[in-house]
Amino acid sequence: MTALQYIVDGIALGAVYALVAVGLALVFGVMRLVNFAHGELITAAAYTLYLTSSWPKVFACAISLLVAVGLALLMELVIFRRLRYATPATALVTTFAVAFALEAVWLIAFGPQGKSADVLSSLNRTATHGSLHIRWVTITMVGVGAVLLAGTGLLLNRTRIGLEMRAAAADFRAARLLGVRANRVIGTAFLLGGLFAGVVALLLTATQPLVTPTFGLQITILALVGVVVGGMDRLVSATLGGFAIGFVNSLLGDVLPSSQGVFLTSFLYLLVIVVLVLRPGGVFVPGGASARVERV
Amino acid sequence: MRISRKSLLELGAPALLLVAVSVIASLVSVGSQQDFITALVNATIVIALWVFIGNSGVISFGHISFVALGAFAAGLMTIETIVKPNVMPDLFPFLQHHSVGNVPSLVLAALIGGIVALVLGAPLMRLSGLSASIATFAVLGITNNVLTYWEKIGPGAQTLSLVPETTGPFQALVGALIALVIAFAYQHSRSGRLLRAAREDPHAARAIGVRIERHRLVAFTISGALAGLAGGLLVHQIGSITTNQVYLDLTFLTLAMLVIGGASSLWGAVVGAVAVSLLDSFLSNAENGTDVIFFHLKIPNGGSLLILGILMALALLFRPNGLTGGREASLKSLVALGGRLPRLGKARHTV
Repeated sequence: MTALQYIVDGIALGAVYALVAVGLALVFGVMRLVNFAHGELITAAAYTLYLTSSWPKVFACAISLLVAVGLALLMELVIFRRLRYATPATALVTTFAVAFALEAVWLIAFGPQGKSADVLSSLNRTATHGSLHIRWVTITMVGVGAVLLAGTGLLLNRTRIGLEMRAAAADFRAARLLGVRANRVIGTAFLLGGLFAGVVALLLTATQPLVTPTFGLQITILALVGVVVGGMDRLVSATLGGFAIGFVNSLLGDVLPSSQGVFLTSFLYLLVIVVLVLRPGGVFVPGGASARVERV
Repeated sequence: MRISRKSLLELGAPALLLVAVSVIASLVSVGSQQDFITALVNATIVIALWVFIGNSGVISFGHISFVALGAFAAGLMTIETIVKPNVMPDLFPFLQHHSVGNVPSLVLAALIGGIVALVLGAPLMRLSGLSASIATFAVLGITNNVLTYWEKIGPGAQTLSLVPETTGPFQALVGALIALVIAFAYQHSRSGRLLRAAREDPHAARAIGVRIERHRLVAFTISGALAGLAGGLLVHQIGSITTNQVYLDLTFLTLAMLVIGGASSLWGAVVGAVAVSLLDSFLSNAENGTDVIFFHLKIPNGGSLLILGILMALALLFRPNGLTGGREASLKSLVALGGRLPRLGKARHTV
């Protein structure tokens, strides 16, 4: 049953990474902006959870989600709105700067040691079926991931704002000419991104309640790698890419012998390089093998 | 290569700035000297970044891996052979029993950076845009991971220490000037011009027969070698190094220096590196308390990062093409710098 166990664990971690990936890809879709500060939304929600850990759980979770969404909208309003016409390099480095500054805020406010956001750790109880041990948090991750991703799919395909977002992602200028409101679609992208970042924070703190200033950075970087490997230009391929990197990461951690375990990062990134060289346009993009010359 | 009076100024202005930083470094107290040497070493790294990023337009997250390789190679080969078996017992015998002098170690650092960049660049330069950026980031991740855990080639997770501290104001200046001249020569070479043509319009460049991958590889190799050299300078400046000193933070910081200065000009790279580096040092000193002319300044831990982040964001919001506007140094812009601030630059690209 161990193989099945690995797969279940992989799917759970993949679902979390997929949620980060969707947040990144939604914003990239409408703005062509790679938002390195996305991880800070996750960290913000996690610290909120720490601050509210003595409150009723439902409130604590709701407030955390609200903080992530609020911070996402604030970032858009104050900073990223002014970057719409900046070169990609400028925009990218500005998101670094925002991430830098926010990380410093966490450092000043909460110190370099971790703070325990112990709200949802009851989810760590195990449900055993035969030799298969599944923690409730695993089930929650898969369930929540599936529901949110399906919801996003419905929103994008069945609603007017979804249609507008897809139009903006395809050709922002043409979409605006046809009456799509730039602020509305970009705001919605950030809102959803913030919401998903909040959910990711809830799920992550259930398994690792210790929140440090770099809590959200690592997962964001890896999810971003996954998004690009999957194919950044399309939401579905980007999400699949995020899922895949979470899945492979979990799987490698399980199957590598312990002496090689420290080199997990190397194996993962080596795989990333090979895949990128073979399919530069994205693994999950049909016809992605053809090399693209794109704007930088 | 055509060198006119105008291009002499383009080389002379950044060179003079570097010389000025070095002169100040040799005049100030020992404590502040390191800040100015750091500025020169950072300038070398950013010039290396510029050779590739500035000319090709492809953002590389991987250059700090060449800095890391250069730093560890130069450091490892200049530690005395007597102490090596004690501090690093698992080292390959060849590395354990050989040492070289200061200058050969810097040459070695540059060679390793260049060779690794050439080998890795061959497959990676086929990629463009974000795929290329992420692939170079993967290179950084692998380099860091291997250097941290493979104890046959280095100290692993421990600090590599006891490295001779040979990088003073003079060596840092010579290193930075070598990088500057090589970068300038590449900028004015045929390959550099073709690569910038491809940066502006890849389709048109390809259509007139520019082999983009080849020129990217040339730039990548040169910038890898310069980054390796910078790593050598770095390890000889601080006398010790850990893998985390040459990882994500340095990657972000040097990229920020390049973009804040103005990524499309060599002048911008040098200005950005010197300005942000000095600001960063000043703010970190202020965390421990520092005397500014009239008063004592002390900011809380993490405060330097916060102010740096905010200032960087502001600089980019108000001057999206960098402090220099991405233009090379010219008499006009230098006069303008002295007289009045240049107009706020309008970004070129649209969404």
